[in-house]
Amino acid sequence: MPGDAALERLRREGRIVIVGASLAGLRAAETLRKEGFTGSLTLIGDEPHEPYDRPPLSKQVLLGHATADRTALPRRTALDAHWRLGVAATGLDMAARKVRLADGDEVAYDRLLIATGVHARPWPHEAEAALDGVFVLRTRDDAARLQRRLAASPRRVLVIGAGFTGSEIASACRERGLAVTVAERGAAPLVGALGGVVGRVAAELQREHGVDLRCGITVTALEGDPAERLRRAHLSDGTTLDADVAVVSLGAQRNTEWLAGSGLGAGPRGIACDAGCRAFDFRGIVTDDIFVAGDVARSPHALFGYQFLSLEHWGNAVAQAETAAHNMISSSSERRPHLWVPAFWSAQFGVNIKSVGVPSLGEELVVVQGSLAERRFVCAYGYQGRVIAAVSFDGTKWLEFYQRQIESAAVFPPEHSMVDSRPEGLRPVPAEFPDPSLPTHGPTVTVSGYSPTEQRITFTPARA
Amino acid sequence: MRLVVDLNRCQGYAQCAFLAPDVFVMHGEESLLYNPHAERAQRDQVMRAVAACPVQAILVDDPDDPDDLGAPDAPDAPEGESGTGSAVPVGEGLSGAR
Repeated sequence: MPGDAALERLRREGRIVIVGASLAGLRAAETLRKEGFTGSLTLIGDEPHEPYDRPPLSKQVLLGHATADRTALPRRTALDAHWRLGVAATGLDMAARKVRLADGDEVAYDRLLIATGVHARPWPHEAEAALDGVFVLRTRDDAARLQRRLAASPRRVLVIGAGFTGSEIASACRERGLAVTVAERGAAPLVGALGGVVGRVAAELQREHGVDLRCGITVTALEGDPAERLRRAHLSDGTTLDADVAVVSLGAQRNTEWLAGSGLGAGPRGIACDAGCRAFDFRGIVTDDIFVAGDVARSPHALFGYQFLSLEHWGNAVAQAETAAHNMISSSSERRPHLWVPAFWSAQFGVNIKSVGVPSLGEELVVVQGSLAERRFVCAYGYQGRVIAAVSFDGTKWLEFYQRQIESAAVFPPEHSMVDSRPEGLRPVPAEFPDPSLPTHGPTVTVSGYSPTEQRITFTPARA
Repeated sequence: MRLVVDLNRCQGYAQCAFLAPDVFVMHGEESLLYNPHAERAQRDQVMRAVAACPVQAILVDDPDDPDDLGAPDAPDAPEGESGTGSAVPVGEGLSGAR
């Protein structure tokens, strides 16, 4: 059949281009070679470094146990690839099947994989962000700079945002004996990912380890001295805080700007794709030669009501890259869906935090094992009468069991008895996620009224 | 040699920390820290840890192909001669660091 012949030729002598030379890009390249792709393979990355691992950057590297320039990922197979590193992709011509590069070059492809990931959300005020002592932590170079500064014993570190990265940074600082203040707009650390019930445990953990944790507060300005070195921060409660290092940990933004005007369905929330990792164009039609994987992808998940999930998870980058690579060189009947159950971990303040499923979908939770007070527990999250997620603090061994519960749509609250279950935990309580309809970043402005004279602008300040 | 641990898989059995304590250490009750770049001299230890991991969570460069550590794939020298290589090294092994 002609289709088979074309696919065979693609596998033998086609041109595959991968934009994004991090975990997802590397694993996709390895999978392509392992599955017998012998054509030309090009990896494009905007950083000058070969693919490296990010999780150690906020833990081992900040603690000084490992160096940032030695976090390169192991190779499972020889890639025989053309590497274009230190040069960003700047555009995509879907019709001509070409990727444009920052150095003016163009790279032609038969199949394209986009794995450009995310970048750290910068501090919104440019001049303040440029002060000496203000950092973000996403890349290897960020980690090297921050670890050098921490090693120089700053008097106080301000961490802005108590998500996973911010909390891990605070943990590393305390372990190094540095004074740390954490400013978090929400009611508790990790509240967006795990909800208020578990967030309160994270808050106790931070305070117990000597973190000056301030919740319900935002940083309104960063102030420098005449030499442009960070000196203090102004907070939304009217107070000021002297600090010589600030780490902006306000989450991530997807790297899709380079696709503006390309016709691909790419935007601030990522690149929408089908369950087989094929990208949608902006009309909602699936492409057959452009695939996406990793943090930048948004794909529908059958287990979670076919919701489009965008996950910044290490395991997702690996699994989605392998699926995308397989599908890129397979006929339609051999393609596989990306059905990986979301899972992530964090290590902070000596506690191993792990999660499976999608906790933020949870309406209620029960403490199924252990107890919150002991900070050693497993919580199951429920959504419409079924188990949708589980989170453990130092309870890793149980998570596989809950993963099966999620996969089999087990009843919530669980009816069976479990090892180390306590009577006080077994009543479901609200999981206390922040109301998603309320703005989380910056104020909003709404316009009402019809005629120009009637129109009224309402300013809603960001909720503290 | 470069290594990575899939910490989604890791269940804190600590076999690696027992067999290769210069590369792997437990941090708290069950979380694992490891040095992603082990020295050649630590190779045997690391390979024992890889083999002993009950959930096979440790991935290292292909031991049968040690010279293929990137070259000619790798654009940087694997030994980290890049401009940001001045991060303060606190001993090569984790046990030396704490």
